[in-house]
Amino acid sequence: MEEGETVSIVGIDGGRGLRSRLTTMGLLPKTRIKVVRNGKSGPFVISVKNSKMALGKGVADKIVVS
Amino acid sequence: MTDSKLKKITVALAGNPNSGKTSVFNMLTGARRHVANYPGTTVETVQGTCTHGDFRIVFVDLPGAYGLTAFSAEELVARNFIIDEKPDVIVNVIDTSNLERNLYLTTQLIELDVPIVLAFNMSDVAEQRGIVFDTDRLSELLETPIVRTVASKTKGRIALLDAIVAVTNASRKPRTHRITYGDEIENTLHQIEPLVRSEQPALAVKYGSHWVALKLIEQDSDIIAKIKDSRLIDVVSNAVTKLKTIFRDDPEVIIAERRYGFISGACQESVKTTVELTHTTSDLADAVLTHRVFGLPIFLIMMYLVFYLTFSIAAYPMAWLEQFFSWLSVSLASIWPAQAGNWLRSLIIDGVIPGVGGVLVFLPNILILFLAIAVLEDSGYMARAAFIMDKLMHKIGLHGKSFIPMLIGFGCSVPAIMATRILENKRNRLTTIMILPLMSCGARLTIYGLLIPAFFPPNWRGPVLWLIYLTGIVLAVIAAKVLRLTVFRGDTTDFVMELPPYRVPTFKSLSAHTWMRCLMYLKKAGTVILVFSIILWAAMNYPRVSDQSVAGLSSDQIRQAQLANSVIGRVGRAIEPVIKPLGFDWKIGTALIGATAAKELFVSQLGIIYAVSSHDDSFTTTLRQHLQADYSSLVGFCIMLFCLISSPCLATVAITRSETSSWFWAAFQFVSLTVLAYIITFAVYQIGSFVIAL
Repeated sequence: MEEGETVSIVGIDGGRGLRSRLTTMGLLPKTRIKVVRNGKSGPFVISVKNSKMALGKGVADKIVVS
Repeated sequence: MTDSKLKKITVALAGNPNSGKTSVFNMLTGARRHVANYPGTTVETVQGTCTHGDFRIVFVDLPGAYGLTAFSAEELVARNFIIDEKPDVIVNVIDTSNLERNLYLTTQLIELDVPIVLAFNMSDVAEQRGIVFDTDRLSELLETPIVRTVASKTKGRIALLDAIVAVTNASRKPRTHRITYGDEIENTLHQIEPLVRSEQPALAVKYGSHWVALKLIEQDSDIIAKIKDSRLIDVVSNAVTKLKTIFRDDPEVIIAERRYGFISGACQESVKTTVELTHTTSDLADAVLTHRVFGLPIFLIMMYLVFYLTFSIAAYPMAWLEQFFSWLSVSLASIWPAQAGNWLRSLIIDGVIPGVGGVLVFLPNILILFLAIAVLEDSGYMARAAFIMDKLMHKIGLHGKSFIPMLIGFGCSVPAIMATRILENKRNRLTTIMILPLMSCGARLTIYGLLIPAFFPPNWRGPVLWLIYLTGIVLAVIAAKVLRLTVFRGDTTDFVMELPPYRVPTFKSLSAHTWMRCLMYLKKAGTVILVFSIILWAAMNYPRVSDQSVAGLSSDQIRQAQLANSVIGRVGRAIEPVIKPLGFDWKIGTALIGATAAKELFVSQLGIIYAVSSHDDSFTTTLRQHLQADYSSLVGFCIMLFCLISSPCLATVAITRSETSSWFWAAFQFVSLTVLAYIITFAVYQIGSFVIAL
């Protein structure tokens, strides 16, 4: 994924704890997110709705997007 | 009107981290409370009060929460408080510039069916961004009163208080709308609700059968654990499986989607965005500060600046304080004549003043360091720093945020351990606290400053000092990894953190923030350190040597004889067989025991042991000559190694105990670090001696 690209969440391929946390913070299927920074082997910064979030590499890998 | 005639109202403040909840709390109660631009700073609930009309209102600041799930400890604390304590009103603080995400918590409060007042905070920022609210319409749709506030400018205080009172006075009408979750889930709710009422009547009364049924479909671990009826559990698990096949997803995700659907429906009718939303300034700053290549160097420069300022500016007031305390002791000694058996004089001049003074001298350091940290936190940079360090920290089983306390640890372990509060995961926090004393603190530098020149030629001194610091860092890294694989085993917590928008820190918040932390430090100096300096003084001065045995000796020699005869001196001798394999004798043992109170005491203890007058200008030179005569360079290095790793000072023990609220972890830290120091020093001394003998 390129920085600046806007994608849509398809699902979260993770445990219930992580899914619940991300869902609560607004990362739901069909939500549009913008990749502000792609950490490659490190953490990501994404922009969702009106807030910015840092996601660890492990978390980012579990988010399926299209 | 007297206090007794006032009617009491309890209000809980709920809201997302960074919603400005704490500033609303401060606005309402006038309490000087820490406002951090950082997620999750409120760990325990904090209370404050105010009087409004005929009412005395008690405000409880709940931990920041994005929702009310059972997955997060803080969210559960907030939820249980609302359910168990039944506050009269919940003030839900909403950051209006991020409305939909903030209203998610509101939907869950609506589900709990509690009286709510919404405080639309930072409404000025939202308006600047071109967001126009029809609060009347939104209030109608959500069926809750809405009050606009700008807490940082104390706007909307009276309106909010009026709304709180109005809600408590009004008889509550049942809601006309509920959030609906779609036919499949609604049908399942209808199926489960009667069962909850019949099989778990107590739960149904306490939480409401609808809410319990909803939580069961959401597979909420806290509520499921409360269900005793096996039939109900079966029905629920069948229903959940069925819903999963229908939606090809967990029902809780579908429920969350429906809540967000409800919110966007309500917002569509009442919120107009006239300008395309951008966070241009914030994005621009992030483009530089979180840059893949430049991010790290910028972070390192920032940290260097923080430490440079801490130690360079603080050097002046520190020198003044040092002069003040030595002047205090000297002038007190001159006006208070020394008489045989005048223990009080000795206690104050030799025990209390150097003990407490030795800690207070560091106050300027602490003050500047805390001010710098407050600026980093309140501006929003701290969250970025955690982001930058995440990749490296991940490798040792911690995440980005742990780096901040570790850095502070090079100054002093005490504020560093206090700074671990920013870590919301308990295992991460405990691991970080345990390894923090391995970051070589400022007090230990005085020991290296004495020993390195005594045992190493000039061109070796730099590398040796560097080696000592590096050993501490490497051990901390290994220890963190080992702890995360053993005692604190568990998933590396998923690093999910909101990056708050950049803000210019306000003077009010910075000063409140810095002052609160300094106050904690001062309180410690006044209590723990005072007590321990008295104990240590007694252990060094009792039992007394008889006057006949020291007749004719110089005052320094008397002090030497006294120390050898004291509890500490005796313990030092007693442990000699134990520390012999490390290359240490009773003199070093005695000094080490003294150093458990504060590391810098090691130097003054050695001074007494060798009967070197500390008032002498050539104190360190003379002391170094004695040390050179008695010990090899290898022993010198081993002493430094042992001081680096072993027993954190008593102030650290005390703060670990209070921050973990457990004597166990304080003892665990003390013992394991001391054992580790023993093993490593033993290995270095034995191998070193063997190599030298070759």
